[in-house]
Amino acid sequence: MATLELSIDQAAIASPVRTRRLGPLFWMAIGWMTFVFALAAFADLLPLPSPFDMDMLERRAPMSAAHWLGTDGLGRDVLSRLIYGARISLIVGLCAPVIGLTIGGALGILAGYFRGRFETLVVGSMDVLLAFPPLILALAVTAYLGQSLLNLTGILGVLGIPAFMRVARATTLTLARREFVIAAQALGASHARILLRELLPNVFLPLFAFFLLGVAVTIVVEGALSFLGLGVPPPISSWGIMIGEGRESLEIAPRLAFIPAVTMFLTVLSFNLVGDTLRALTDPRQGAL
Amino acid sequence: MTGPALLSVEGVAVDLPTPRGNLRAVDHVDLSIGPGQTLGIVGESGCGKTMLSRAILQLLPKKAKLSGRVIFDGQDLVRLDRERLRKLRGRSLAVVFQDPMTSLNPVLTIGTQLIETLQEHLELDGVAAKMRSIELLAAVGIPAPEQRLMQYPHQLSGGMRQRVAIAIALSCEPKLLIADEPTTALDVTIQAQILDLLAREQRRRHMAMIIITHDLGVVAGRTDEVAVMYAGRVVERAPTPDLFKKMRMPYTEALLAAIPKIDAKPHTPLPAISGRPPDPTRPLKGCSFSPRCKYAWAQCQIEKPRLEDADSPGHQYACFRPLNIPAGAPA
Repeated sequence: MATLELSIDQAAIASPVRTRRLGPLFWMAIGWMTFVFALAAFADLLPLPSPFDMDMLERRAPMSAAHWLGTDGLGRDVLSRLIYGARISLIVGLCAPVIGLTIGGALGILAGYFRGRFETLVVGSMDVLLAFPPLILALAVTAYLGQSLLNLTGILGVLGIPAFMRVARATTLTLARREFVIAAQALGASHARILLRELLPNVFLPLFAFFLLGVAVTIVVEGALSFLGLGVPPPISSWGIMIGEGRESLEIAPRLAFIPAVTMFLTVLSFNLVGDTLRALTDPRQGAL
Repeated sequence: MTGPALLSVEGVAVDLPTPRGNLRAVDHVDLSIGPGQTLGIVGESGCGKTMLSRAILQLLPKKAKLSGRVIFDGQDLVRLDRERLRKLRGRSLAVVFQDPMTSLNPVLTIGTQLIETLQEHLELDGVAAKMRSIELLAAVGIPAPEQRLMQYPHQLSGGMRQRVAIAIALSCEPKLLIADEPTTALDVTIQAQILDLLAREQRRRHMAMIIITHDLGVVAGRTDEVAVMYAGRVVERAPTPDLFKKMRMPYTEALLAAIPKIDAKPHTPLPAISGRPPDPTRPLKGCSFSPRCKYAWAQCQIEKPRLEDADSPGHQYACFRPLNIPAGAPA
């Protein structure tokens, strides 16, 4: 009996406290994201010069006490444009994937759960949307509806729907066959209940990790569209617009393109790192889970 | 059986369309079970046990076709509308599934899953439902139930999870509990505990129970009646003591012989049933067991034997060459 007690004690001591190591990179990424978000949110409260005020005598001025990051080709403060540009980049980068997440996620879960004709319809229409060249769609929509923040977000959001739908559907397909869904049915759960309480919490984790990656991609795509002149109309700044404008003076003042590019790089990297860490954390590898 | 049956399955057949043709998973099964009774359904893998249980619950795959009647508590479940059926499931008809690893939702706590079931069916408020959940977990032998409520399924062992699944199934005091291979995924030492738990809770709540298993040892001491299934059909059905003493069907005998015996000499070959079950998409003309049956004769390959009454009450079998027939009795 004594030996039995001893072994129990040892097991109790040996059982480690489960800590989730996220690593310093994760926290640095979170730190950078918080920093950028805070600057963008409180831009109006900061003692910044207006991002639209031009000073033709101070064109492409180097870094100084008055202009911390210098001025651009029209004599506008780069730091101020960078911070106000962060608003546009983040609004588009966050809102567009939210559209994809809600519409695509809902369609995917419904299609994966109900199957049948509804699934065929959803998957078919998503394939059509995927097959459509995204740049042409963006061009067509901006040509008809005009360039605006709302239109840009809308287009990028709609373009994101198929990917979210596919992730949600694939996850739902494997989950809907699991016994806990049948068990819920056997316990008398309604469709709505199974969708919201059994499937949604399970689908949400991989979908959210995908969402963070989607934010990173959207920020880059927004930059690319702005670079091509399809983004928000001037004089509003966004990182993509700044890179596009900086292109004209790459030989004289390369920093005008590089500063927004580095900012975008760091932000996108942060979103990717956080998304990847969360995906790894929620990776369902625990046996037959 | 005395009194009206709680559940009676009448001529139930399940057809599954497959790329290789129609698969008859369950073939005209008749069963009945009275209140508080225990019925064991035994058979090897793929003989239609699980499909039968799903047919009773009306949880068959969408493509499956069901015919026959399932009368539960005076209502035909096959013809019941969705909403009434939904209310019945969980409330008076509950299931425990084979694999406790997958029958609990991995992202909800034990407490959420239990409490929500109670709130849904019994319309209890939050506090009452929580109290009841703790009682239920304690009743199924889970130590420190209050702490368990806040844990997720992956934090519990397989046996613990099966206890939780049983607690959820018992939560609304069902009249009938269907245990679909409740111990197959568990450790042998845990198996007996879970079966004892089921038996104890059954007696206490006076509920009927159907135990589905491939292990005759599981049903031996714990059921009132046993139905042996083979290739979608019930081939023998008898009160449990009768079945083990006076089995008639060669398949039952073969199943029993295939259980290793603790008093057998070392290196005794285990008399396994040779061959495989017939392809359910190509039904045989004669008795489905005839290709594997050592007693089979010509008639067995031509004609399908019907389920007939034996001399003892409640005993039925489907065989042309039954075992243990008293001398002089007609075959």
